[in-house]
Amino acid sequence: MGLALMALIWLITLISTYFFVAKTWWLPAGASAAAAWIDHQFALTYVIMGIVFLAAQLSLGYIVWRYRETPKSPPVQYSHGNTTLEITWTALTAVLFIGLNLMGSSVWASQRFDPAESGAVQVEATGMQFAWYFRYPGPDGKYGATNPKLIDPSSGGEAAVGLNTSDPAAKDDVVTGTMYLPVNREVDLSLRSVDVIHDLFVPSLRFKQDAVPGLNIHMHFKPTQIGEYEIACAELCGLGHYKMHGMVHVVSQEDYDKWLAAREAEKQ
Amino acid sequence: MATPATVHSHAPQGFIRKYIFSLDHKVIGIQYYFLALTAVFIGMLLSLLMRFHMIWPTASLPLFGEIKPETYLALMTMHGTIMVFFVLTTAPQGGFGNYILPIQIGAPDMAFPVLNMLSFWTTFVGFIVIIAAFFVSGGAPLHGWTGYPPLSALPSAGPGQQLGADLWITSIAIFCIASLMGALNFITTTLDLRAKGMTLMRMPLTVWSWFITAILGLLAFGVLLSAGILLLMDRNLGTSFYVPLVVVNGTVMGHKGGSPLLWQHLFWFFGHPEVYIAILPGMGVASQILSTFSRKPIFGYRAMVYAMLSIGFFGFMVWGHHMFMSGMSPYSAFAFSILTMCIGVPSAIKTFNWLGTMWKGHIRFHTPMLYAIGFVSLFVSGGLSGPFLAQPVLDIQLHDTAFVPAHFHLIMGVAAIFGIFAATYYWFPKMFGRMMNETMGRIHFFITLAGTYAIFMPMHYAGMAGQTRRYSQFTEVAYLQKLIPLNTFITYAAFITVAAQFIFVINLFWSMFKGPKASDNPWEATTLEWTTTTPPPHDNFGGKTPVVNHGPYEYGVPGAPKDYVMQTDPATAPTH
Repeated sequence: MGLALMALIWLITLISTYFFVAKTWWLPAGASAAAAWIDHQFALTYVIMGIVFLAAQLSLGYIVWRYRETPKSPPVQYSHGNTTLEITWTALTAVLFIGLNLMGSSVWASQRFDPAESGAVQVEATGMQFAWYFRYPGPDGKYGATNPKLIDPSSGGEAAVGLNTSDPAAKDDVVTGTMYLPVNREVDLSLRSVDVIHDLFVPSLRFKQDAVPGLNIHMHFKPTQIGEYEIACAELCGLGHYKMHGMVHVVSQEDYDKWLAAREAEKQ
Repeated sequence: MATPATVHSHAPQGFIRKYIFSLDHKVIGIQYYFLALTAVFIGMLLSLLMRFHMIWPTASLPLFGEIKPETYLALMTMHGTIMVFFVLTTAPQGGFGNYILPIQIGAPDMAFPVLNMLSFWTTFVGFIVIIAAFFVSGGAPLHGWTGYPPLSALPSAGPGQQLGADLWITSIAIFCIASLMGALNFITTTLDLRAKGMTLMRMPLTVWSWFITAILGLLAFGVLLSAGILLLMDRNLGTSFYVPLVVVNGTVMGHKGGSPLLWQHLFWFFGHPEVYIAILPGMGVASQILSTFSRKPIFGYRAMVYAMLSIGFFGFMVWGHHMFMSGMSPYSAFAFSILTMCIGVPSAIKTFNWLGTMWKGHIRFHTPMLYAIGFVSLFVSGGLSGPFLAQPVLDIQLHDTAFVPAHFHLIMGVAAIFGIFAATYYWFPKMFGRMMNETMGRIHFFITLAGTYAIFMPMHYAGMAGQTRRYSQFTEVAYLQKLIPLNTFITYAAFITVAAQFIFVINLFWSMFKGPKASDNPWEATTLEWTTTTPPPHDNFGGKTPVVNHGPYEYGVPGAPKDYVMQTDPATAPTH
């Protein structure tokens, strides 16, 4: 029985570890400035936890086999514990866990404590059951006013976010269903929701943030590779949660300018 | 020491007073256990339907027909709620805590037997109310077991958000009231009814775990009860605690100025301690069983007690780690993150001590021991994904992906269930007077342990690849389609593992009537429940009051006549 149990625990441990090490399923390739830092912290955590996982499971399997009761077993070691050992492993775990945490904190701080760089691309993302809309302030650099009473999701575009078209600042606002971003430029993203909580999750850009009704949450990030990246909603928002899908197109500055100019021209 | 006010020297006669509205903590414990057993089978059936729909979204099932996306979300909500409240909170604490705690401290009953009966029947009403949510118009709610407003607060936000959602909140509120009654009873009983010589530091670790769990329940359920009442008011009385001005499908709702994050703070102030409410009794049971079947004293008894106390203490300071992506202040995320890492320390101490207990022991592989060893393995595996999720910067990728259900199912789900299985196989002889079948127990254990890992390990991989939670199907997002084969594997593993649970049920009921008769102390254990007859008499010790002379885990004592010294053995026995 001890042998069977050791075999099972070891087998589970080694198979689980194999798929982690082989990276059969892994984080998608990062395409933003923060990705390298996040992935580094992930890898560090993963190596440390992996070692602890292997050590703990393999020794668990070994101990249950080694100390199974047999007619020849020596008398058990009558012991209530060992204070020195307790203090040692308490201190070691505390240093390991808290140290690991502190190492990741500077990445978090740069992501969330500091505002966006000046001159960042302004985009506003609005979530609603079950679509995302993206708004660009246009050449005036100012978002026009919106009004909840004007929200009409069935019409899509400007009406879906309730844009007040009589506001002069709204005249040049562009509202689209796909997010276009220039590569290697910081993005200052405001996140809003009109109904329930949604979450804008772009795995490849290592970006995730809830969009909460009643709040306007400012986030910033910098895409570093041209490409098309999927958005998946990551906060349960109702029956269409699984299909609240969107796209981010990261393009060259030139293509971005062309795209934005074409959208402005459509509006006139 | 005091005695409970309403303990009768004679057992009540008549079926109803004896088995239905009983004041006997042992009957109430068994009632709680069977309520949880019913709930766990319903909860498991719901999860199978979910797994089926994720892989074959358009397939039609006999009896159920085609499962729609909104039905999937209703199944998910009910699965989570039933499992967390009516299984993981009910069986370890209400079931085994009720049955065993008074006997282990040498008391004739709980401090407040009538309150005990009330708390069970209140829980029962809560269960009926939540099941009723399936059958009302619109069906069960789809807002998940966490019920985040505005989704949960607005009847127009989706199907199931009408009467079904009201019943869901009402059921949870009823459950909170029942748990508060139970918690008061456990705390009073532990503090007041201990037998002579049963000092705090001689209490079995199971008693410590139920006692600490009761304190957590007393502090946590009150908050959830208040939060639930506010949510009911938002839904039905037009208040705006949680709902700001919102527009649902083009219609402006009548709310203004509320904060959706307020609910999250209140909910998780309950919700995180709830994790420990589910797992602490399992830790107690694992400690008890590992020591008994290793024939060795528990390694570091005091360290175990302090670790449980500090887990309970820190458990109230980390709720914000569920909210790193919620829009909460990023500075507070920093504090919550560090405090969460601190919980890893007492958890690691417990693991070291469990290994230390088995080290140089005489391990006997009875089924309860297999489950206790399985508990340690799952506790390690589920625990080690914690330091990933505790770091806000990694939550950017992992929050609300399959990595999270993988983590909590291993640790508060299956590890806690392993605690329940271990406790069942261990105390069944005492409770029902017969032994369970060992062969069936072993087969059940091996399939369940392998199956559990086959289900939940791959969810970590899916989560790292970005598989978002609570998606009824993976057809709409290109990168998720690639994860369908992995999910198909998980679904098959779930079917096999659930099927194996019928071995347990057959063993349970067969042994109850046909199992070989159990002696008073079949495991050669030391705590007080093994000093009385099997099953125990109505007042637990047949009119005698035990006197405690020893600590709870005196195994392998050099110079003792047997390899164990029971807590009530004469004080002359050579223990430390």
